[in-house]
This record gives sequence, C-alpha cells and structure tokens, in this order.
Amino acid sequence: MQLASMEFKARASEKLRDRQLQQSLSKAQGKFVFARADAILELGNFEAYRDAAADIRDRAIRDLDLYLEQFEQTATARGAVVYWAETAQDVNRIVCEIAELHGVRKAVKSKSMVSEECALNQALEAAGVEVVESDLGEYILQLAHEPPSHIVAPVVHKSKDEIADLFEQIHRKPRKTAIPELCREAREMLRPHFLSADMGISGANFLIAETGSTLIVTNEGNGRLTTTLPRVHVAITGIEKVVPTLEDIATLLRLLPRSATGQAITNYVSITTGVSGEGESDGPENFYIVLVDAGRSKLLGGALQPMLRCIRCGACMNHCPVYQNIGGHAYGWVYPGPMGSVLTPVYAGLENALDLPNASTFCGACAAVCPVKIPLPDLMRMLREQQMERGLRPWQERLVLKIWAWAALFPAVYSVFTRIAARILNWIAGEEKLLHYLPGGQGWTGGRDLPAPEGQTFRELYRHRIR
Amino acid sequence: MTCLVDLMRPRIGFAALRLLKAAGCEVIVPKTQTCCGQPGYNSGDRHSAKALALKILREFADCDYLVAPSGSCAGMIREHYPRLFNEQPQHLEKISELSRRTYELTDFLVNVAKLQKIPGNFYGSVTYHDSCSGLRELGVKSQPRQLLAKISGLQLTEMQNCETCCGFGGTFSVKMGDISTRMADNKCSAIQASGADAVALGDLGCMLNIEGRLRRRGDRKTRVLHVAEILAGEERV
Repeated sequence: MQLASMEFKARASEKLRDRQLQQSLSKAQGKFVFARADAILELGNFEAYRDAAADIRDRAIRDLDLYLEQFEQTATARGAVVYWAETAQDVNRIVCEIAELHGVRKAVKSKSMVSEECALNQALEAAGVEVVESDLGEYILQLAHEPPSHIVAPVVHKSKDEIADLFEQIHRKPRKTAIPELCREAREMLRPHFLSADMGISGANFLIAETGSTLIVTNEGNGRLTTTLPRVHVAITGIEKVVPTLEDIATLLRLLPRSATGQAITNYVSITTGVSGEGESDGPENFYIVLVDAGRSKLLGGALQPMLRCIRCGACMNHCPVYQNIGGHAYGWVYPGPMGSVLTPVYAGLENALDLPNASTFCGACAAVCPVKIPLPDLMRMLREQQMERGLRPWQERLVLKIWAWAALFPAVYSVFTRIAARILNWIAGEEKLLHYLPGGQGWTGGRDLPAPEGQTFRELYRHRIR
Repeated sequence: MTCLVDLMRPRIGFAALRLLKAAGCEVIVPKTQTCCGQPGYNSGDRHSAKALALKILREFADCDYLVAPSGSCAGMIREHYPRLFNEQPQHLEKISELSRRTYELTDFLVNVAKLQKIPGNFYGSVTYHDSCSGLRELGVKSQPRQLLAKISGLQLTEMQNCETCCGFGGTFSVKMGDISTRMADNKCSAIQASGADAVALGDLGCMLNIEGRLRRRGDRKTRVLHVAEILAGEERV
C-alpha cells in the first residue's frame, strides 16, 4: 500500500471537515465501544484473561524461533508447504510463483491486512491473475478503489448510501437501500467467483505450533469458502502470529471477538490443517503458508517488542479519541490508530511517519482496553525519543525544548521567565482575560482562546506570604 | 506546585494549601521547584526529564508526602519516574520511594489525610471531567466526587463520556491543533448538554483547554473550576 503517513496532519484536518465521514465514525464508535463494554462484563474476570493472554503472547514471542520451526514441521507433516518471506516484495514474488506453478487465472481473497502491506493484489494483477476480494468490506473497497480504514471493519468510513450508489453503478442493477438486500446482491456477485477461482488467499489470525494449523475468525463465511473451495490455498501471515497450543487459542479467542466487535464469538472460527486427505471432499489440494517478516523481527529483543503481542482486534483504535475523530485514512498506511502509530514507523521507517507517534494525547484509553496489555502510549513515547535522538524533529521544537529544559534546572532564571510571561500575557489579554492569538501558538489559538495568567506567579506570591 | 499553577493559576495553588492545612497537614512548597519534567519526557527528551526528576527528589527529600493538584504531574512522578531510572540502581531506590509517597490532591485528601470537613461552599450544579492521567494512571475517579458530595449546596450532574480525553495532551494541543480542538469541542458539547453551571476538574491542562474552547464557542457562562477551588472556597485573609 502506498505510504502517505507524512501527510497525516493535512489529511486529518481534511477528515475533520468531512461531514459524511464524521457521521459514519460516530455511528461506529457507539457500536464498537458499547458492544465491547457489554461483552467483557460477561467474562466476569476480564483482567485475569488479559494477563493470561499477554502471557501466552509473550511466551510465543520469547521463543519465536522455536515455535515457528515447530509450526513449519507440523504444517509440513500435514502436507502444507511453508515459505518464509523476509520482505513484502518476497511475499509478492512467492505468491506469483505459486500462481504460475498452478496455472492460476483467478484468485479469491478473504481479508488479509498483511497482503495490504505488500500490495499483493497489484502484484498478482500485473502477473495476469484476476483478484477478487470476498470480505464484504474489502469487496466494497475494491470496487471503490480505496484502501481499508480500519483493520477489522475496513469500510467503516463509508455510509450505506454511498455503498448503494457504488453497487448500482458497478453491478448495473436497480439501486437497493436496505442492508440485507445490499448483502444479498454482493453475495450473488461473489458466489460464482468462489466456484471459478483457482486460488484462495487468506490471512491467519493465529498459527498453532502444535498442530501446524492456521486459524481465521470471520463473520461472513467467505473465509471458509476461500480456504476450502479453490484447489490452491495460500495463507499469508506475520511470523508473530504463532501460538504454542490449541489450549492457548481457547484463551485468546475469548478476548479477540469481544475486544473487536463485542461478540462472544464470531460466526465462524475456521482452523485449517494441511491439505485434503484421500477420500476427503473438502479442502484444497495444495496448501501454502507464507510466513512474513517485513519488519517484525526488528522488534524482537528491543523495547518495542511488546507490540508483537498484538492480535489485531482494533480495540485501541475504536477507543482512541484521535482515531474516533479522523478515521483510519488519515494515518496514511495499512494500520491506523495507536497500534498503527507504533507499527507504521517501525515497518515503513520512522522518518516516513514523523507525526504518527505524536498523534496521541497519551490519554491511555488504548492501553486500558488492549486485550494483550500492550503499553501503547509508552511505545509511542519511545518512538518520540528515537525521533529526538535522530534529530528528526523540527529544529524550532528542539530549540524550545532545550531552552525550557535548561531554564527549568535553574530556578532563578526560570522565575524571571515566568514572571515576565505572566505579566505580559495578562496585560495583553486585558479585561476579557482571554488571549485570542499567540505568535507561534496558532496550533492552540486557531480553535481556542487561551485563558490568561493571573498576572503574578504562585512562587512570588507564596514568597510574600510566608515572609 | 505544578508549573502551570505557578504560571497561570496561583489561586489554585493557594486553594490546595488551604485544603491540606484544613486536613491537618503542615505544607511546604520548595522555593526552587520548577517543573516535574513531563513536557520534555513526553516529547522524547528523556535526558531533561531525568535531570528534573533528580531535582524534585532533592527538593522533597524531607517531606513525608508529595502532593500535587494535578493527576498528570502526580502520575508522572508516581508511574514514570521509576521507569526513567530503570538502569541506574543508584537512583532507582530513592526515586521509587519518592514515587510511593506521591499523591494527587483529592486522592491524598480522601485516602491519606481523610479530610472530613470541607471548607468551601458552592451553590449550583457541577459536572466532573475525569482527567486522563489521574483516572488511568492513578485511579482518581471517586475521590473528587466523594469530596464534592460533602458540599451541601452542590449538585453533581454527570456528563456523557466524562472519561474521554479533552484533547489537551501537552504539546499535542499545539502540534495537532485541529484534532485537539475537535476533541475539546466534543468535550464542551458534553459539558453543555449536562446543563451544569460549572465543570470541575483536577488538571490545569484540561482546564485551560476546555475553558479556551468554551469561550471561543461563545459560552461565557459555564464556569471552569479546579476541584481544589470549589473545595477550598473563597480565600479569607
């Protein structure tokens, strides 16, 4: 996917003015936030589950090499072929080679964010393979030529009416407005593709080391059709998605749907193990699993390692007051919201996503809801430190910080500064006691007044009083 | 005393002093105190934050407790100071000890000093905005409400989404002005919808942000008050 994270601020401002988007976002926020709140109450001991889930993910990541090798062995033993892709380009090359090997002309896809990282669809199309997205949201986006704006609900930014217009225009059928009718129309369009596709491409929510299985959670059933109907199945996922045992999955699955959509369980949980055996009518004849690094191993062993625990539920963005107001497209790459503000700089380069670690008030809502307890604000702060160390912040910002930090260490100097500032600002504000404009502070005064200081500092008043 | 109180709202500092005295405490404000270091820390300048942490450590060495009229500054000292010195055991022990005796004002008044009689009066309805650091780092939620409930003329009217960030976020408010303003705007709408005469809160950052947006929206009526101002009442000289 084209990286546009450097345009974060401009895009965010544009999204703030987009009325239709604002309506879609506020609808979605209510749905996800309240549904999750209800769903976790059912569990009773949600905090204990979070601890257990974080522990499972930590265990897997601590010995990632061992579990990945175990996964490769068990998956291979069941007839799957495991590929290792170091970069996004490697993923595209591998999948195109598989397509060529099997004479694939059409591929259906269920949802895969990793394939968005790689821009796999474009690579396959360039190799002459027709690609059809079968997740309803992704299908809509493919028709509209838009990227996803949310990792769980990719089309959350669009209204029902926009989708109705799009379907009418592309499907050339009478315009429908009821959601069930729109779904039925999409299903009718997609069904022939499942039957005629040579290859099914899926992601994987988890890889299970002890059984060699890939697991996907879906709500539409398209995932099951994608992974079982075509003769070739390719599952593409990040190396960090491995967990040791099926038992571990039981814990994680209690948290993932509840955190994501507020469901106790998704409509489908599909575990795919190996190829179809002799005499079995279901399942692919050829099963390839592409394990993707694309920057993940850079996180191993470093301070940002907890990010690898992420199970892609989207709760952090659903609860992020920044995301809630601007949506996912402003972030400019595959992963939006707080998790994206950590992942994008790591995967795509810190210098290519300067605003993202700063796109947070550190309100802590993301960390409070994360089912695997990733301390997202702390990780964003570490990235800010890296920006500072590498001199990637604007010089004005660095200078102001330097002066402030220096003055704060010298109370006599500091008090001169503050006494002058308190007086000047108070004087300018006048009777009204409000400042409408501050040179260099337009970020603030563009939308707000600044209440004026009282005129004298606490320290000088205090000194007079105790004298 | 926090740097924003020092520069912007000394009266909140004095209100905090009156409350602590009413609770039977002897209160000292170190003369050399400036800032806890959070602006630098959250901007990626760990170095300056550490220097200021050590300065605070020296300044409050003789106090039994460190109390701040701010969840954000108290959170910085309690939650973040120890992390700054993870790799420096020579400082870690003392810093951790300081962090354990650091409290946000209302938390301290309720759970440590056990303030019974509230000096202040207030007649009207108040809605309370939960500041992020106080709420999520220090668990400050019921403490200010318990104290406000003891004022007989005060009626607490909760707003929608009282736990949602107001959009201040320190330098975020200037770096990401448009987003910050929208968040403040949502907060102002919730405050106005509650119908309360005043919004009370525990942090200067949120206070300036919310007041600044309310006034720009043309609302001159809704008062924006630090919880200490309400609890301490008018100053009697």
